[in-house]
This record gives sequence, structure tokens and C-alpha cells, in this order.
Amino acid sequence: MKAAVIIFPGSNRDGDVAQALVQAGASVTKVWHADSSLPAGTDLAVLPGGFSYGDYLRCGAIAARAPVMDAVRSHAAAGRLVLGICNGFQILCESGLLPGVLMRNAGLNFICRRQFLRVERNDTAFTRRYAQGQAIDVAIAHGEGNFVADERTLAQIEGDGRVAFRYADRAGAVTPQANPNGSLNNIAGVYSEKFNVLGLMPHPENLIDDLVGGTDGRGLFESLLAA
Amino acid sequence: MTAKEPTITPGLVAEHGLTPDEYTRFKELVGREPTFTELGIVSAMWNEHCSYKSSRLHLRGLPTQAPWVIQGPGENAGIIDIGDGLACVFKMESHNHPSFIEPYQGATTGVGGILRDVFTMGARPVAALNSLRFGAPEHPRTRHLVAGVVAGVGGYGNSFGVPTVAGSVGFHTRYDGNILVNAMAVGIARADGIFYAAAAGVGNPIVYLGSKTGRDGIHGATMASAEFDENSGEKRPTVQVGDPFAEKLLLEACLELMQTGAVIAIQDMGAAGLTCSAVEMGAKGGLGVELDLDAVPCREEGMTAYEMMLSESQERMLMVLDPARQAEAEAIFRKWGLDFAVVGHTTDTQRFVVRHKGEVKADLPIRELGDEAPLYDRPWNEPVPQPVLDPATVAAPVSDLEALERLLGTPDLASKRWVWEQYDHLILGNTVQIPGGDAAIVRIGEGPKGLALTTDVTPRYCEADPVAGGRQAVAETWRNITAVGGKPLAITDNLNFGNPEKPDVMGQFVGCLRGISEACVALDFPIVSGNVSLYNETQGRSILPTPTIGGVGLVADVSVHATLAFKRPGEAILLVGETAGWLGQSVYLREIVGREEGAPPPVDLAVERRNGDFVRGLILDKHASAVHDLSDGGLLVAVAEMAIASGIGATLDAAPAGVPAHAFWFGEDQARYVVTVAQADVAAVTAAAQAAGVPLRRLGATADEAALQIAGEGSISLGRLHARHEAWLPDYMSKPE
Repeated sequence: MKAAVIIFPGSNRDGDVAQALVQAGASVTKVWHADSSLPAGTDLAVLPGGFSYGDYLRCGAIAARAPVMDAVRSHAAAGRLVLGICNGFQILCESGLLPGVLMRNAGLNFICRRQFLRVERNDTAFTRRYAQGQAIDVAIAHGEGNFVADERTLAQIEGDGRVAFRYADRAGAVTPQANPNGSLNNIAGVYSEKFNVLGLMPHPENLIDDLVGGTDGRGLFESLLAA
Repeated sequence: MTAKEPTITPGLVAEHGLTPDEYTRFKELVGREPTFTELGIVSAMWNEHCSYKSSRLHLRGLPTQAPWVIQGPGENAGIIDIGDGLACVFKMESHNHPSFIEPYQGATTGVGGILRDVFTMGARPVAALNSLRFGAPEHPRTRHLVAGVVAGVGGYGNSFGVPTVAGSVGFHTRYDGNILVNAMAVGIARADGIFYAAAAGVGNPIVYLGSKTGRDGIHGATMASAEFDENSGEKRPTVQVGDPFAEKLLLEACLELMQTGAVIAIQDMGAAGLTCSAVEMGAKGGLGVELDLDAVPCREEGMTAYEMMLSESQERMLMVLDPARQAEAEAIFRKWGLDFAVVGHTTDTQRFVVRHKGEVKADLPIRELGDEAPLYDRPWNEPVPQPVLDPATVAAPVSDLEALERLLGTPDLASKRWVWEQYDHLILGNTVQIPGGDAAIVRIGEGPKGLALTTDVTPRYCEADPVAGGRQAVAETWRNITAVGGKPLAITDNLNFGNPEKPDVMGQFVGCLRGISEACVALDFPIVSGNVSLYNETQGRSILPTPTIGGVGLVADVSVHATLAFKRPGEAILLVGETAGWLGQSVYLREIVGREEGAPPPVDLAVERRNGDFVRGLILDKHASAVHDLSDGGLLVAVAEMAIASGIGATLDAAPAGVPAHAFWFGEDQARYVVTVAQADVAAVTAAAQAAGVPLRRLGATADEAALQIAGEGSISLGRLHARHEAWLPDYMSKPE
């Protein structure tokens, strides 16, 4: 698996996700935002977490218009894999690759903590190493992760089974108490129509090591390698 | 616009914070009537914040040496050798005055400034810490200041991309008009890849890098060198605005440029901006510096030489470059979208010459600007010792379990989760111990080594007895590193005090330094960097003396460390160290009895070292399953924290005869730890303690039931304690103004 991790000015979890990918066995190339193409043979394009362009406009709005994003859109249109984490999810929504938008957390504060997610389906390239309904323990670290979509879009996402992860409790129960940021239907991650693009707010890349919290995040990267 | 520069009058000199004597001295140094720009430059160099004129005399004697110290105080940050060809670069600095005026921006620029100090030396920041002190919770400004400062600390660190891994937050009415925001940054560099400020080579280009210069922050350092009055809000324009995005770009560009070998010297523009950085580079290198301000990238039009020299716009750097590599260097900065401008060159004249629009605006002897700064031996009073409080004279107003429940919900002891969950403490994927433990542990690269990091000080002890308080601040830092299994290596100090022109305040400063010094020597724990913040006073009322200590220790293998949570029921709970039941200056005395008095607990440094070495040994031998140091609140609070963190209860024996029970449970005697060990190991651990001469007492055992039970005193559920512990801060912050 050849992965391209795209570096925008202000990306800061690029190293974390690269490490998770390498651990799972991928070869990783870092790609500069001003480049207009992805390396030949790229299987997976990754938009990492961070504060691209300082998040000084809407989060992800400027990065969505970076030269490299045309290449990412073509990559996705060709059915190849795209993963956006946190700021990467925001960029995917801003660039039209995923529906919805990430608003400011309902509690208005930035939140960094461990968080359980329920894996909604395990028949995608991103989740085959998890069980359906499994509660995984990962990290969140964001100020604007409140997923919002209009009623029709939301109904469509739900109807198509395009919710990847929902905020849940330890037992996998999706409850208002387990929702850290006010996201509609506790949505933590969504797929594109063809399930080849995934955006999620939480950070599986920070849970890949028993000494640093646990390894529940590995499944996502191992799934991709098995793809 | 070429406005005529103002004529220098005694009034203008006073507005620049210089005394008539200081101005006369400066005039003699220049040998003529100084220009307005020169007056600005000297006011920046000779204020308290930059010149340390009141403190320098007393800082000279501090212990700063050890075989593992690569760089002690005097550079951007201190550096220690951590083996494997790596160095740890760290420093703590205050941003108190700006944060009181404009909490969000004051805190962000405090964090930004200290991160810059670390990466200026060639280190990549791997952790941030802080120590915050606010006024009484009921003070009308406190909630606003807490919200702003916490959001600011997080706002900068989160975006920059460094985990904020530890800190402390305290409240006291003496900070009502003058909060403390002390930020610490820790970075890792290759020991053979460290960069310094000293310029070298005549005729080399001096390059300006980073963000543009604006009119923000002019006289910021001068503000930080004076007391506040009722009009301090008017100083808002002197507060700078932070841009973590620009700093992240600056970090990556600087580290990339350093790799090329083009950098001869580098200095960040912090307090007093271009002035301090250019003078420092020249003076340290024994060279002169000539600046051409026409080349300085400006954010605003019509800026004067005076304004450019005093601007404290953030995210800027000055470098001396190898002229042969200039194009290569410029390409790297352009790639990151940052300004790059040659603004001058080094000379052999030993003069600091500033030109603007064809005129010489300043021409000063460079070395003397620093070396000849005023130095004061301010008069100081020996602090009056407080009487030792006999615990037998302190009645217990409530049962010990009720006192425990109340203490866990007091502002100083309540959980600070609301604060540290706003800081990204997980980024970089190396935070082995997150906030909430005795010290954070951050793995270095892929391990196995790690750093143990903490910030500590107990201001009420320092107020009651500065020498004992200074000792205690260092000892507690050492103890917290020890409690996670780290070997304490070195500290950075951030000395926050009131007006040094008051002999009582100066006496606190001198006393605390004496205590700090003694502890550093006794514990082999040198000071490698630091910062002094004086004039922390508003309308004549000074803060509690607060010498914050930031400590760094080494964990040889991060897979072998201790945490404070109980691990399993049925283990023995042991108390390491002697308990006399010291209630003077305890949190119990203040919060439960309503008295703030008495001498603070004495710190016997030899005992501290002996007990700590014993506990660290238990951790490294894997005998200790949980460890917690004892500090604010005493023994029962510590045991409760261990239980709450795990959900595992404890059954404790009654307090021993001879000590009043409440003094035993809540006294704040020093050099103590609570440790759990498997029952099968108790005999061996007891024998080892005896052999080492370490007092060890069996307190009880961890229990299946989620409750804390004391023989003869009853029981309380962990759920209740947990709720009380977690509720105070979020409840307080969500109250309407």
C-alpha cells in the first residue's frame, strides 16, 4: 500500500498518521500542498489533522482550494481511497468530497480526551478489521467537530448506511451523554457514496501503542493494508 | 511621514521607566545627548524584565552546574545531556502582566514565546507545561480570566502542535489583581546540533525572518516592569497578538534551515523585539551590529525607527547567515510563505548602529548596553518566622471523612480536568502519562527513554517562610518526578514576586532563592534556565511569593514507570516517610478550620533524598504497583485520589496514637509517598526500608468495595468523592457572570 500524506501549512498530526500507517506496513510519502499531483501509484491519500492555514477562515476552507486538492478529487473520482482525519475531515467537507459541515463544539471549548466510538459497519476498506458494533477506544482533540447536515442530506447519509462511526459509551451504546460535541446522530465519521472516502473527527492514529493509551486505533490502518 | 523626534525631557525619561540616575549613566556612556530612538532602546534594555537589575546580584550564586548540564542560564533556554547523542532543551517564562490585561492573547503569546526560545536552539518542542495562579473564585474577574487564559494556552499549543502535558492551577485572593501565567516548553535536539545567539564573522548578513513588524507590544517589557494601578486596562495596546499558525511555519522553516548548515547564530525576537535580539547577538559574539530599518518587513506604513526597535510583534527571528548559503536559506523561507529580509550585517566596531531613511537613528556601544545595565543591591528585610502550630491546639470541626469530601471539592484540590481537556495532550503520540498524575511522562521518539515533567510551587509556604518554601518547591518537583520513576536531572525557575523596591518583598525573593539553592545542591538538581517576574502588584498589594519550579527527569525505559491509580484490590497500602501531623499552612487548616497561619512544614533535604531514592528503587524493581507523592491536603487526600483514579477502594487502619487523627490524615509533612505493593512483597519491602533507614508504615489495603473506609471512623463511597472532586471547576465555570 502506497500512502500519500498531504502537508498543508499548519498540518500537525501528519507525523502521527504517518507513523500509524508505517506501523501497519504502508509506505508513506509526504506531499506538499502546492504540488499539483500525487505520486504515481498512490493507493491512499491522507489529509492529516492540524490547523491548516491556522483555521483562520472556516476550518478547512482554504486547504480545500489548495492545488493538491484537484489531484485528491481525481484520485477519489477514480475510486481510490481517501482518508481525512480531524482537520482532514473538515477539508473533505469543504472540498465537496463528503457531505455536511463541522461546526464549533456544542460546549464551545476545545476538547481533548479519550472517546469510545461504535463501528457502524465492517464491510468497508477502512473497517474490515473491526467487528460491526464494536466499541473502540480512541482519542478526540478538536474545537470544531460538531457534525451538521441539513435534514435531507442527513436522511440520505443514514439511509445509505454512510455513517462510519458514532460517539458511544464503553459498551457501544450511542447516547446523548456520550456525544462530546453535539454532532447530529452522534456522527463521528462518514463515508462518501462509494465508500472510498472516509472523514472522521477522532484520532485513531494516536491509539496504536499499548504504552500510550492502547491499540484500538490500529484496526483502521490494518484494514486499509488488507484492502 | 517624517515626524520630528520628540525632545528628551525629564518627564519623557520617567515615562520610559528610567530613573534620573539611570539616564545620567546612559548619557555618560553615549558621550552626548541621546536621540529619542536611543532612549527607547535603553529603556528596553535596562528595564527590570530585560536587565534583571534587582535580581541579578542574587541569581549569581545559584547552582547551575552538573556533569550533564550542556548549557546553563544565559541563553534562550537551558540544555541537558540525556544520552544517546540527544539533548533536552527547556525553559519556563512568565506572561503575567499581559495575561491580566488581555487573558487570551497574553496567554497565547506566553506559550508562543517560550516555544520559540526552545526551537531557536535547534530543538523540536515535544511538550508544553504551565503553572497558573488566579484570584479568589468569588472575585468578579476570576472566571473571565480563567476562561481566557485556559483558552489561550490551549489555542496556541493545540494549533502549534505540541502536547500540553502537565501544569498546575491555584486560586488565592492575593492574585486578584495580578494573575500568574507561567509557561514552560521542552524540546529535543541532537547534542551536536545546538544553535546559539553569539554572532560570528565580520560582514555576515543579519537576516530577519518570520512575521512582519507592527505597532503591537511597544513597551511591553516596560509594562512588565511596573506595578499595575486602577488604569491598567488602558495598557491593552501594549499586549501582543499571537499567531500559532505563523509560529508553526517558523518552526518548520527554522529546523529545515538549520539542517543545511547555513545558520551561524540565531536569536528569537521576544521582549523588546529587534533591540534585544540584535544587541544580544552582537554582544555575545564580541561584534558590532549595523541595522538598516528600511529593509524591515512592516505590517503598517510609516513606522518610525523608534517603533520598529521597540515592537514586540510575535513570531519573528533574527539570524546571522553564512553569506554563501543565503539564497538556499531564502528559498526555504519563501517555501513556507514567511518573510525573509537582510536587515543588516555584523561589524568589527563593537557599536550598535541603526539607520533609517538615510539617517543614523542610534549609535551605541553594544556590549555596554548589556554589561553596564544598572545593578541594584536592594535593601531587604529578613522575613519574620511564623510560630510552629501545635496540632493538639487545632480542633477538628467535622469528621475526617466529611473533611475529606469537602477538601476534594475546594478550588485548589478539585480536579482540573476542565482545564487540561482543553489542551491537546495526546498529539505526537508519545504521552505515556497524561495530566492528572504526579508528573507527565513523554516518550522520546520511539523510546525506550522518556522525560518526566512537572511544575510545582506552594506559594503559601513561601509567604510564611521563604527559605522553607523555596526548598519545598524544588523538593516537591523532585518528588513528583521520582513518584513516576524518573531520575530528576535539572530545573528551570520562574520567580514571580511583588515590588522589589519594598524590603519585605525583596526579603521574600532573597529567602526563596536561598531555599531553592540549598535544595538544588542537596538534590543534585541544578537550575539551567529561568525567568524573573517582579512588580506583580496592584494598588500596593503584592502576590504571594511564587517561585515556580519546572522540573525535568529522565525515565530510562518508559515501560517501567508508576502511576497513582490503585491497580487491584487486596494490595497493601504503605506510607513512606515520617508523619508528625504538620497542620501549619495546610489546606485543611485553611479550608476546614478557616485559619491561614503557622510555619510551613520543614523540608529535610537529606530525608527527602533518602525516601525518594527508596521509592524510585521500588518502582524500578517493579515492586510498587501504584505511587503518589503527598502534598496539598496530606495523606487522606492522596489515598482518595489513588482510589478515585482507579475505582478501587481502600480499607485503612485507624490513625496511630500520639498524633491527632485529623493531623495524621491531613497534615502536610514533607518527603512522603503512598505506595501499594502485593501482599507477598510486604515483608521484603519492609526489610528494604529498614535497611535504608526509611520510615515505612502499613496503612491498610486496597479493597473490592468502591469506598474509602477508616477503622473506627466509618466509610464513604468513591462515587461521592469522585463527584465532589470533578464537579467544582465545571460548575464554577458554567455559572453566569
